Amino acid sequence: MAVGAPAAPGRTALNLTRFRLEPALILGVLCLAALSFLVVVPIGWLVLTSFQDSDTQALTLRNYFEAFSHRIYLEPIANSLRLAISVAAIATIVGTALAWLVSRTDLPGRSILRPLILAAFVTPSFLGAEGWIFLAAPNSGWINKIWVALFHSEHGPLNVFSMQGAIFVIALYSIPYTFSFVSATLDMMPSELEDAATTLGSGIFRTMWSVTLPLALPAILSGFLLSFLEALELFGPPAFLLIPARQQVMTTQLYLFFSDYPPRVEVAAAYAMPLLLVTASLLLVQRRIIGRRRFTTVGGKGGVRRRMQLRTWRWPFFGLAFILPLLSVILPYTAMLLVSLSKNWSAGPFAPGNLTLYWYDWALNVNGTTREAIVHSLSYGAVAATLAVVVATAVAYMAVRKLFPGVQTFAFLAVAPFVLPGIVLAIGFFAAYTHPPLLLYGTAGILVAAYATRFLPIAFSNSSSILQGLTTDLENAARTLGAGPLRSLWTITVPLLRRGVLTSWLLVFIPALKELSASVFLYTSHTQVITTVIYDFSDAGNFEAVSTMGVLMMVITFVIVIVAYRLIGREVIRSAA
Amino acid sequence: MITIKQLRKTYEGSVAVDRIDLEVKDGEVMALLGPSGCGKTTTLQLLAGFLKPDAGEIRVGDRLLSSARSVVPPERRNMSLIFQSYAVWPHKTVAENVAYGLEVRKLPRAEIKTRVQRTLDRVKLGQLSHRYPAELSGGQQQRVALARALAVEPQVLLLDEPLSNLDANLREEMRFEIRRLHDETGITMIYVTHDQTEAMVVADRIAVMNLGRVEQVGEPHEIYELPATRFVASFIGRTNLLQLNGKTISIRPHQVLLSKPIEATHCLKGRITRHAYLGETRDYVIETADGAIMRVTTGPEVIHEVGAEVEMHLPLGACREITE
Repeated sequence: MAVGAPAAPGRTALNLTRFRLEPALILGVLCLAALSFLVVVPIGWLVLTSFQDSDTQALTLRNYFEAFSHRIYLEPIANSLRLAISVAAIATIVGTALAWLVSRTDLPGRSILRPLILAAFVTPSFLGAEGWIFLAAPNSGWINKIWVALFHSEHGPLNVFSMQGAIFVIALYSIPYTFSFVSATLDMMPSELEDAATTLGSGIFRTMWSVTLPLALPAILSGFLLSFLEALELFGPPAFLLIPARQQVMTTQLYLFFSDYPPRVEVAAAYAMPLLLVTASLLLVQRRIIGRRRFTTVGGKGGVRRRMQLRTWRWPFFGLAFILPLLSVILPYTAMLLVSLSKNWSAGPFAPGNLTLYWYDWALNVNGTTREAIVHSLSYGAVAATLAVVVATAVAYMAVRKLFPGVQTFAFLAVAPFVLPGIVLAIGFFAAYTHPPLLLYGTAGILVAAYATRFLPIAFSNSSSILQGLTTDLENAARTLGAGPLRSLWTITVPLLRRGVLTSWLLVFIPALKELSASVFLYTSHTQVITTVIYDFSDAGNFEAVSTMGVLMMVITFVIVIVAYRLIGREVIRSAA
Repeated sequence: MITIKQLRKTYEGSVAVDRIDLEVKDGEVMALLGPSGCGKTTTLQLLAGFLKPDAGEIRVGDRLLSSARSVVPPERRNMSLIFQSYAVWPHKTVAENVAYGLEVRKLPRAEIKTRVQRTLDRVKLGQLSHRYPAELSGGQQQRVALARALAVEPQVLLLDEPLSNLDANLREEMRFEIRRLHDETGITMIYVTHDQTEAMVVADRIAVMNLGRVEQVGEPHEIYELPATRFVASFIGRTNLLQLNGKTISIRPHQVLLSKPIEATHCLKGRITRHAYLGETRDYVIETADGAIMRVTTGPEVIHEVGAEVEMHLPLGACREITE
């Protein structure tokens, strides 16, 4: 009772090429359309606009001349470099030391330290900046107030509204970059590599200097470059901390070009070009660094990893190591929580009758704008994540399976937004979609599209690494058992991708929820999201409302991260980046 | 009967399969044996319908399955394929894996159930039908792949290095297991491997492939005892290749007889350069007077010191003339 092949022999001979190409071709055209909309058109307009005269649309170099010939526009560039280099230096040194302590020594409390650093990783630095305003604003900051009360001096010692303040706050939230890179490397590095040096007569410090450090160097350099770029591209903390100090960096200067009336988009586009080029070239450098040495440290998989005994230094180092979570998580969150629970924060949280849930009631029930903003954040994020995941997975599928020649260009386009700072991306979207044929400015669509584009590379790399792990054999096995190509795709590959797709979705949704630097350029009063509401309230000095929205945003984020972590596991952690 | 005629396949200019001819009889196990890159896997992919040939054709019976003009897609060939990676679907249970092909054929539920159970019993997995593949050992996953392929009762079973991911003991067991499944079902099998022992245990006939061509087709003992080409002689088992009277001669190391030199001129003289005691045998490396290197295997009782002069007797019946 043999079962015959499912089709009658008469209609069996089918041209293979025709069979494969048709669905693939449709998919390819759709992906090309989506990638053009999300990536090609905004970048194209960004570049084009930078060369266009604002009135005549004629091609010109005037915008570049305007952007880079005035002293007031050059100073922000110097400030940005100063900020970024200082942040990167501090974050790299502290992050490396911390990673070594946690990964290679018997430091007490290691298991608490890791989640605390992760919490710092997940915290958007503009919220950290808000927290530090409550702690270290020149007169009203609580630390300053305590200082004045204790020492009867005229002023407190701290002023967060300064370049030093901005460097300090941004560095706090950049440390986790280097930390996670270096500790990942050190976790993989077997002790034998160090023992080999020790048995040759090398002391502890010499071993660290000549073996451990060089092996971790690619990770350290990656941390440095990413901290540098992050500090260069950040908009929130400089806007909150430096604008009151009347200092500008490139990102805040870009914002000023925008808030002029009429907005000087052409000059902004020209002014953004160095940011774009620096980011692109440094990321290229980072890839090279990682690419060349990646396998040397991962080599010893089965090796034993012994921890170094700190002996009498255990508790002093413990104290040092916990300064970071104290400054980046515990103090600012406590401050933010207390402010959100205060009727009036400058009176201090423990003034009689000041403690209240008023602002939560206000944000969730009374005020229409905040309530809407929460709904907008969740819905825009969800739609953007869905869009990004669909495009990313389809492109990854075509690229990994090499469905047709030239498909690698699609993959390139899908990762290209990685080199676009949020602000630069926003300028591109603004330039591209404020006029017909696609007038998106003022609608939710432009925010959704910007989020989808900004985090498309994360979704793409996640989906493509999963697809690379799925051998075509799995689909081919279904083919030999009688299932056609579409049925094989639908019953085998699609279910196997489900988990990975959910991960990709969260990897877009979570950062979209916290996105400020593109949102602030693209929102209007009808399309407020949580982050832009926070920005507006901060601008207006309503810090209780800022804190309440900040706490709500972080509660939403942490709940999603924890649920996702339970569901999927470790990959979610990367969404913090 | 499967007929392959003048089959040819190139990848971007390099020839993977170079005009091969092969016939496989119904109910036969044919092994495609050769080193990596010899074209055996490409041949299998062509048979399965995943690749389109540049020239030539593949027929099963009268039905033309592949030619340069058209290819019947894999799902319409009624051939099952066992993958080197097993390709057992991790999101389906053992029973669901095996039922897949029957569901595609729209069989009634009750029949699917009985056939899945029967096939699983046949590969000795009857008790594990509700497990997921991740909960199975490599050998058990291999059996799931076999059951899944056999459940649809295909006309032909193709196997692509099915045992290369198993450890040595399990591999030996599974060779006999696959042969047993064949003897029970009588299914035609084409079995790709680079392991000559595997081919000899499983196959009725072996096609030795090299550089995209079939060098020799024959039963295992023919391939070993009567190698037709230099490649077959050296790839199947160990051999010595000698130039004697202008002809190339192959002689297996265990067929050479060793003795201390006597006054005789019709044998090869040589000097022992290396020697290893292997328990059941002794291995000698011997350099002949004209500098050729011979390998000779003897019983453990034949003892010669390194450096000793010896004579090698080459029994006429053991010498095979080889074409280059």
